[in-house]
Amino acid sequence: MTTNDLTKPTPAAEGTTEPVVQLKGVGKLYGNVRALEGIDLDVRPGQVTCVLGDNGAGKSTLIKIISGLHQHDEGEYVVDGKPVRLHNPREALNLGIATVYQDLATVPLMPVWRNFFLGSELTRGPWPIRRLDIERMKETTQTELSAMGIHLDNLEQPIGTLSGGQRQSVAIARAVYFGARVLILDEPTAALGVKQSGVVLKYIAAARERGLGVIFITHNPHHAYMVGDHFSVLRLGALELNAARDDVSLEELTNHMAGGTELAALKHELAQVRGVDVEELPEVVNSPST
Amino acid sequence: MTQAAPPAAATPPASPAAAPKSRTAERSLARRALARPEIGALVAAVGVYIFFFAVAPTFRQADSFATVLYQGSTLGIMALAVSLLMIGGEFDLSAGVAVTSSALAASMLSFQLTANVWVGVGVALVISLSVGLINGLLLIKTGLPSFLVSLASFLMLQGLNLAITKLLTDNVATNAINDMDGFESAKAVFASEVTVFGVDVNITVFYWLAFAGLATWVLLRTKFGNWIFAAGGSKESARAVGVPVNLTKIALFMTVGFAAWFVGMHLLFEYNTVQAGEGVGNEFYYIIAAVIGGCLLTGGYGSAIGALLGAFIFGMVNQGIVYANWNPDWFKFFVGVMLLLATLVNLWVRRQAARR
Repeated sequence: MTTNDLTKPTPAAEGTTEPVVQLKGVGKLYGNVRALEGIDLDVRPGQVTCVLGDNGAGKSTLIKIISGLHQHDEGEYVVDGKPVRLHNPREALNLGIATVYQDLATVPLMPVWRNFFLGSELTRGPWPIRRLDIERMKETTQTELSAMGIHLDNLEQPIGTLSGGQRQSVAIARAVYFGARVLILDEPTAALGVKQSGVVLKYIAAARERGLGVIFITHNPHHAYMVGDHFSVLRLGALELNAARDDVSLEELTNHMAGGTELAALKHELAQVRGVDVEELPEVVNSPST
Repeated sequence: MTQAAPPAAATPPASPAAAPKSRTAERSLARRALARPEIGALVAAVGVYIFFFAVAPTFRQADSFATVLYQGSTLGIMALAVSLLMIGGEFDLSAGVAVTSSALAASMLSFQLTANVWVGVGVALVISLSVGLINGLLLIKTGLPSFLVSLASFLMLQGLNLAITKLLTDNVATNAINDMDGFESAKAVFASEVTVFGVDVNITVFYWLAFAGLATWVLLRTKFGNWIFAAGGSKESARAVGVPVNLTKIALFMTVGFAAWFVGMHLLFEYNTVQAGEGVGNEFYYIIAAVIGGCLLTGGYGSAIGALLGAFIFGMVNQGIVYANWNPDWFKFFVGVMLLLATLVNLWVRRQAARR
């Protein structure tokens, strides 16, 4: 088990609730490529843990391990205090760990309520006339969506006619209803506009209010800072920052995310290129774009 | 929302009391009707009916209508199964010859063993279901598109039909089986006539309507129906939420196998003998009927009622041309025009429906 010097100790204030999901020094090798190394992560009920990082930083690998698509090679993956090794997403789901993928959430041509219950349909009556309990499914969908603050005029409309943000939100409400305790959101705001991102962030907060542990994967520090309680920044497969909200400012977060020293180097390189006026570029360290 | 605000205060979950007023009016009944997949086919069916009603006096008689329905039913039972498969996102190009294969198997097996024809009927069912199962398994195991997989099985079945028939009968047609044990009872089940209000209607028409009802119920009211739409609409999403996509697709191919058996048995007991080369090209009529009925070629959308209407249109055009005393060679031209118009109408209808 490797330890990471950059990892800050978890503040005592966060220790009020036991973590549902805990990673201790988790690492992953793809052949001889070290994709992840020494990852520590705590996911507690009612808290949003943000995982930030650039492309290739290891975010996807990390989610895949937590959601059961891949297995870790080093360290411990602990659920409810017991070390586990998940072999497929179904096992993760049974432990209450649900993943909402950016574009893998819904079947566009099917009505909202059918999407909500897809794969876990409610039925009534004995076989061979066992049929869908449409009434109950529609009611439940309506209730669950309202509880998450989502209001739709017509549950019969194909889910593809909803906006990207609304679709994500239905997928989140769905995961919550089917017993998720930990919700993994894979870049839910990446393909969305400003307003739509706001919608999704609102539902992330709503999920937290309902006592879920949320893992929010993003590369947007602004979105992360709006809802996050804890921030983990990944860089080249290792934790660059692992801090509670109180210990980090948005500026620091943005700077970590942008890879402060790398930006300085980039600026130096750009100075060699004709036509780029480096003097006009803002100072990297003290000017996060807002 | 400001960035500086603490998260809890910045993003309170909207309370139901603060629900925004609905910004859109309830969609009108007409709009909602337009959103049904089969509406284009319904409009087309009424149009074709009025057209032949006007130009062909014979078309107006009840007997003629029964013939139209019969034509529709033999195509329509297959079109129903094919439309379910298409909603599930797959094609079956072997569907046309599979009908002949099933009839040949039942006929030759009974004849060669001089057994009761019901033995042949039973074995043919097993063979037809197996063909569906093999198609489905090939699709899933190879990961090839169903267009290719079923094209291969189409060619193989066609070859088997001709080769085995010639091997056993030294002919391209099977021996007549109308004097064999069980023929009468099998004919009563698969190919009898029922008199309704003084008009003889083939029993297949009633099977056709019953199967359409059953298919509609399964599609819209059962778990399996939900899975069909999901498997065709977005395979990956369906799998991610726990839908057994492979099982669904195999079951759909086997449904086509069952329909092929049923229609094959009808043809066998209607005509006593089977031509080994028959059935080629019919697979496209099944697909066309499904498309006219509103099935999307890409899967995930369509209806059984649409396929019923599509096959009914086929029956009308097929017989209408005869009753209007036109050269039957025009039939295919009409089918082409119908297909083009139907696809355009469906496209237009879906755009209208999507506009809220």
